[in-house]
Amino acid sequence: MATRSEAPIIAETGPDVPAPQELALASQWRLMWWSFRRHRLAMIGLAMTILIYLVAVFAEFLAPFDPHEANRRALYHPPQMIHLVHHDAETGWSFGPFVYGYEQTRDPFTLAFSYERDPDQRIPLRFFGEGTPYDLWGLIPMNRHLLVPVDPGERYYLFGADRLGRDMLSRTIYGARISMSIGLVGVTMALLLGIFLGGISGYYGGFTDTVVQRLVEFTLSLPTIPIWLALTASLPQDWGPLARYFAITVILSLVGWAELARVVRGRFLALRTDDFVTAARLDGASEGRIIFRHMLPSLVSHIIASVTLAIPLMILAETALSFLGLGLQQPIVSWGVLLREAQNIRSIAQAPWLFIPGGAVVLAVLALNFLGDGLRDAADPYAQDGR
Amino acid sequence: MLLAYIVRRILWTIPFLFAVSLVAFALIQAPPGDYLTTFAATLAASGDIVDQARLQALRERYGLDQPFLVQYWLWISGVLRGDFGISFEWQQPVSNLIWERMALSTLLALSTLLFTWAVAFPIGIYSAVKKYSIADYTFTFLGFLGLAIPNFLLALVLMYIAVVHFGTEVGGLFSDAYVMAPWSWAKFLDLLSHLWVPVVILGTAGTASLVRIMRANLLDELNKAYVVTARAKGLSEWRLILKYPVRIALNPFISTIGWVLPNLISGAVITAYVLSLPTAGPLLLQALLAQDMYLAGAFILLLTSLTVVGMLISDILLAFIDPRIRYR
Repeated sequence: MATRSEAPIIAETGPDVPAPQELALASQWRLMWWSFRRHRLAMIGLAMTILIYLVAVFAEFLAPFDPHEANRRALYHPPQMIHLVHHDAETGWSFGPFVYGYEQTRDPFTLAFSYERDPDQRIPLRFFGEGTPYDLWGLIPMNRHLLVPVDPGERYYLFGADRLGRDMLSRTIYGARISMSIGLVGVTMALLLGIFLGGISGYYGGFTDTVVQRLVEFTLSLPTIPIWLALTASLPQDWGPLARYFAITVILSLVGWAELARVVRGRFLALRTDDFVTAARLDGASEGRIIFRHMLPSLVSHIIASVTLAIPLMILAETALSFLGLGLQQPIVSWGVLLREAQNIRSIAQAPWLFIPGGAVVLAVLALNFLGDGLRDAADPYAQDGR
Repeated sequence: MLLAYIVRRILWTIPFLFAVSLVAFALIQAPPGDYLTTFAATLAASGDIVDQARLQALRERYGLDQPFLVQYWLWISGVLRGDFGISFEWQQPVSNLIWERMALSTLLALSTLLFTWAVAFPIGIYSAVKKYSIADYTFTFLGFLGLAIPNFLLALVLMYIAVVHFGTEVGGLFSDAYVMAPWSWAKFLDLLSHLWVPVVILGTAGTASLVRIMRANLLDELNKAYVVTARAKGLSEWRLILKYPVRIALNPFISTIGWVLPNLISGAVITAYVLSLPTAGPLLLQALLAQDMYLAGAFILLLTSLTVVGMLISDILLAFIDPRIRYR
């Protein structure tokens, strides 16, 4: 066990290892990219994060149906599979996506719905077909969707349907938009607060520093969820969805700023005494040039990494708050709001597909954590730790 | 020296607790209108006659027409004497409702902390010593998963599996027979047999992050010269690791009580709600939704104080273990 494998600082030559002369001339961002690229999980995280944000951006196009459209004939409709090949004795082989229809029956005593697959009934689907009209980003009127039934009156449910017969796939896709954006907006606000307070704390030092540090410690010691719950419970009930959305992000950032302020201050203090800063000062660079040209580039990478790691925390927090009914409310669709449907054991026992938005949360958080971890390791490309 | 440090640290806690109580009171003050309006509405809704004289007496007792600081003073001086006000929803003094639930919450948090340590400690050491082994990768992956799954989702999935595949319920902390029973040895054993479910659910995220911290710290230490020296002396490998580097790597482990405890208490609120545990969380949530503000305020005050006390304990423990801190 005494043999610990030491990875060499600059690995053997290979496809993704730059030549030594290239390494010597590379810019800091290039070095970071090289170091990031070696982190396989982080690359997967990056790809997944981009994918999820693309889903959030093109939600209207990707979702086959209107997420609010209820369908009395599809209460708790089970998920369907897409089939590509169909064989029929009369018509022979046919290709193209379709789903089998489901026959709805209702138990006369318990009034519970049950669904039976009907192999004779096929609902053909078409890529880029016409469906419910929408305005992409509220601007461009369109009616094409990624995959819709050929007959616009038909419905299909890849992720099943909820208790009102709403399509869970469309709802999960629209939920991505709210859940993923609330992380971004919340982190931006937390970052502004954190940079401001961390900055003055690191810049002025002394008494201001002590006060801000105590404030940070205090905020970090608060149990977040009870505080969030109390804050959201005190929001007026008659606020519209948009006002509520922003209020929730403000509340999330009120607790999230402390960690970022600590990072900013710590980096600021560490950099202030670094050799290259002293060198720049001796060269007669102005205070502004030292801060913006020399210190900021080294700070930015660390801040980006911390921000990436803070987003999943915000997403989890929003999910938890909405799940408890204190965060966002219907008709806004977020993953937390969707999971509220999965709250009682009776409905999840009947319709386990109500967990799917939870899977989406886990995927998004995993992706962002992988990405943030890789970024944190790559943030300091000069650290020779053999990663 | 140690004593001086502890005294200094305890004195520091007082302004913290003061700030905590201010925050808790500001939070219960935040909703529009005062509680007596809510109270009168509750009474009217249940068909009781609203006694104006009684309302007036309550108004004076809690100083509801006075400025914020006066109200705060009336509230906090009551709290220090053990009077947390009355719960408008339950029509009882708040102190009747909170203590048993707070005790169970504390028990749950402490058990989870012990569980977290007991699991994270060996896994962290193993992962560091056998770096990049298959087991290390497995633990790392499980750790990421543990951090990514919200506690309440895990609770829901466990409930689902228990109901659908085993036909049992996993909620609650007691069997039906013991819910109302007075405390006895049998009830305690019954509690233990139920406690492990929320402990495991709550412990996942904390365990995952502790394993990573332990692994990173130990990896830093394993490179150092004194480890090589000890190895050259011919000390057996496990003894060497446990005796020197682990002791140093343990340091941040203890300081984590400070932040693991707030996280535990935080997470427990939602998990307890999903599993319908008789702890502070579900009642706090109910009180917040019903705007039963003295009850909510008492819980917020006690839960936040618990975390402040947790930080205090972790700092004192650290000072015991690491003499460098005492002399700072």
